[in-house]
Amino acid sequence: MQRMNLSAKLPAQAVAEKMGELQTPYTPQEASVEASRCLFCFDAPCIMACPTGIDIPSFIKKIETGNIVGSARTILSANILGASCARVCPTEVLCEGACVLVDRQRDPIKIGRLQRFATDYVYERGLDVLKSPVRKSGKRIAVIGAGPAGLGCAAELAQLGHSVVIFERKPWPGGLNTYGIAYYKMKPEISLREVATVERLGVEIRCGIEVGRDISATRLQQEFEALFIGIGLGEGQALRIPGEQLHGVSDALDFIEEIHSHPLHEVAVGNSVIVIGCGNTAIDAVTQAKRLGAAKAIVAYRRSETEMPAYHFEYELAQRDGATFYFNVAPIELIGDEAGQVCAVKFVRTETSKKGELKLIPGSEFTEPADMVLKAVGQSKQSAWLTQNFPALRLDQRGVIERNPATGQTSIPHLFAGGDCANGGREVVNAVGEGKKAARGIHAYLGQSNMPVARQPSRLGVNGEPSGSGLEAPIRAHELEKLYFSEAEQHG
Amino acid sequence: MADLSIDFAGIRSPNPFWIASGPPSNTAYQAHRAFEAGWGGVVWKTIGEPIVNVSSRYSGIDIGGTRMAGFNNIELISDRSPQTNFREIAETKKLWPDRALIASLMVETREDWHDFIKRSEDAGADGIELNFGCPHGMCERGMGSAVGQNPGVIETIVGWVMEAARKPVIAKLTPNITDITTAARAAKRAGADAISLINTINSITQVNLDTWVPEPFVGGFSSHGGYCGPAVKPIALQMVQACADDPEIQLPISGIGGIASWRDAAEFIALGSTSLQVCTAVMHYGFRIVEDLIDGLGNYLDSKSICSVDSLRGRAVSRIKEWKYLDLNYKRIARINYDRCIGCNLCHIACEDGAHQAIRLIAPNGLGLGPGRVPGKPIPEIVEESCVGCNLCALVCPVQGCISMLSVETGRNTLSWDDYQEKSRGAS
Repeated sequence: MQRMNLSAKLPAQAVAEKMGELQTPYTPQEASVEASRCLFCFDAPCIMACPTGIDIPSFIKKIETGNIVGSARTILSANILGASCARVCPTEVLCEGACVLVDRQRDPIKIGRLQRFATDYVYERGLDVLKSPVRKSGKRIAVIGAGPAGLGCAAELAQLGHSVVIFERKPWPGGLNTYGIAYYKMKPEISLREVATVERLGVEIRCGIEVGRDISATRLQQEFEALFIGIGLGEGQALRIPGEQLHGVSDALDFIEEIHSHPLHEVAVGNSVIVIGCGNTAIDAVTQAKRLGAAKAIVAYRRSETEMPAYHFEYELAQRDGATFYFNVAPIELIGDEAGQVCAVKFVRTETSKKGELKLIPGSEFTEPADMVLKAVGQSKQSAWLTQNFPALRLDQRGVIERNPATGQTSIPHLFAGGDCANGGREVVNAVGEGKKAARGIHAYLGQSNMPVARQPSRLGVNGEPSGSGLEAPIRAHELEKLYFSEAEQHG
Repeated sequence: MADLSIDFAGIRSPNPFWIASGPPSNTAYQAHRAFEAGWGGVVWKTIGEPIVNVSSRYSGIDIGGTRMAGFNNIELISDRSPQTNFREIAETKKLWPDRALIASLMVETREDWHDFIKRSEDAGADGIELNFGCPHGMCERGMGSAVGQNPGVIETIVGWVMEAARKPVIAKLTPNITDITTAARAAKRAGADAISLINTINSITQVNLDTWVPEPFVGGFSSHGGYCGPAVKPIALQMVQACADDPEIQLPISGIGGIASWRDAAEFIALGSTSLQVCTAVMHYGFRIVEDLIDGLGNYLDSKSICSVDSLRGRAVSRIKEWKYLDLNYKRIARINYDRCIGCNLCHIACEDGAHQAIRLIAPNGLGLGPGRVPGKPIPEIVEESCVGCNLCALVCPVQGCISMLSVETGRNTLSWDDYQEKSRGAS
């Protein structure tokens, strides 16, 4: 990253305070009071809104009764990254947004915070609540990418008795959970703690190994019976305007990664920061720039306020942090000084026609000083890497992998995929859910007995149609356990 | 994982959780759903000569935001024919051979008891529960609690039953009696294999203040109903402990009364229950609650390194003594943790007006969380020489871990009421 004139702005203690957690953990009493508000709905809409199908009323009920270990098991058996999802999930638009109390104009149950309470409880005590079966299938599966999708897939495969090796390009596992989450939402340690849980299920993680460079895809396909691709998205998109090569111009994601791989008080930040784009990554970048000590931070978006992709609560957070928002402005040039350092951005104002087309308004150009420019206009797809390593793999017109959404299976039968490289870019929890689904797809592909479909009794009777999330049904801890123990007993 | 299986007077069950005789155990369909959800046993809704029920049947009381903290009903025994019930018991037992299936019976004559017991056993029931408890409707016809309130009648009927029964017999007792142990002793004398308690408590839950008709409303009137749900648990625990501790009884106990969570279950077991029966919580939330009952009890036993339900059973029974044997010289006092005090002063007013005037208000001087926000607002302070250690302040305090009760060393020997009286006499 080119950042010659930038420097860290605040002493260690001040920056630690500013970057400290936004959301404090519940005390046991607070958790119990909040849990007791839950109605314990049957066919609860929160379960259906969760991409991993956590049996939410059940884990909340267990907090209320003081069975915190059981609560954590309910969460983690459905979502191995339950602790990080508790912190980073946009619960307002997922489980909490679906809570029936919202329909009654009441505060929804704080599901995310309760989930954090239960998962923190077991992590802080070093309790492992999940187990891999004693009997192994003898099948070996390679997972490419140790991000949320890869971890979700690997953990589920390990729990189904398979041997899994994850290949990760970066020095640390966890993907965006380790490198790309706003620091005040989740520290990298939380992500690494979860990765360690996956390793304790028997999954081997090899970091610093890039498939296609250090080991060929062909060799992986020879050595393993199935592959899961969870490589996420590629580098940030370019703005394609003059001046992008100037010092002080970088990808927002690279800036966030730097925050996660250096001591906070050593992270350089500009005095006047401009973030281009207005998605959730732009918000993470601008709030962290402010918290690291930038005097001024602007988010510049070429469309209007109502069209921005960032969640509303993220927008509000950035405003509270003192970020300024410029709407309907498009950057046309990044201006540098004689040393090659960016010093301003030239914008032109825009308007949206009735048909929704963006039009530049001639003569409305203006410049805004900036010594740091962060690009947050989306990530590129991985189509180049994919076609190079898996020439027969079918991609859609966007450049993401085509696959059966129920099983994750791609156009190559032994190849499965999930997460951002297959869905085009969604939340952490989507990636975990897709990894888990693909694990079951792989399990079925390898000819192992089909997973019993966990079913919630419905009004149609126990044999009626399953209800629940986008998965077959909520996964209940005791059902998984039944499976392991019966297998262990039969064969052990 | 701790062993949750039980042997209740010869009735085996993979876990101690049974559906109590009542609306959730009315049909084979429900029993099937209960077993599928994981329940260890079902006590079938009481079978007798079919009755006719009224509409409506249930009522409840809410406390704060909690619905159905207490619940009552005026529904009678099964309104389906004995043939149907026995056929369904047979079908259910065939599908679930490893679970406990118990027929609950209520009839009048010796011949009828003999007949119904034979039919229960022929259907494959693992045991028979005698409904001596229903406090509404059936008692007007000389059955239910009319039997349970009269130890002589209990003894007679259990005697008739034991003439015919080959499977274990459980006498289900009513709490609507001055001393439940007399009823339990009568059952024991007549040879019952076990007892279950408590049945519901006679009650009126609420009066509609516009119409002055209590609930449940039946055409402008209501009737005394059987009270149950979380609110009755303390009454049930007392009665279970009293029966468990009585040397003349010594029968396996199936604990019933307000069990809704694994914690409730663990308390009933610690006070002497072997199996646990649940009804109201299932009527509230469905059979699925058994997951947390099993999981929570298992995790609890594991956390205490207790290997089975059997090893927990009765651990608290001997911890209840008659009052006269308690130590008059034991002393505890309240202690306030000022790092947690929010300055609500509920402890002060409770002690001042409701107890022993042992909490005064003082200037905060920087102590407490809340007081600093309102200058000059006082905080509570325990007057230790006045504190009798009654627990009231700790009970009213809304903050966990703020007021605790500390045992204090008095340096005096144990002194019971009997000792005290003897001493007083010696002194005078």
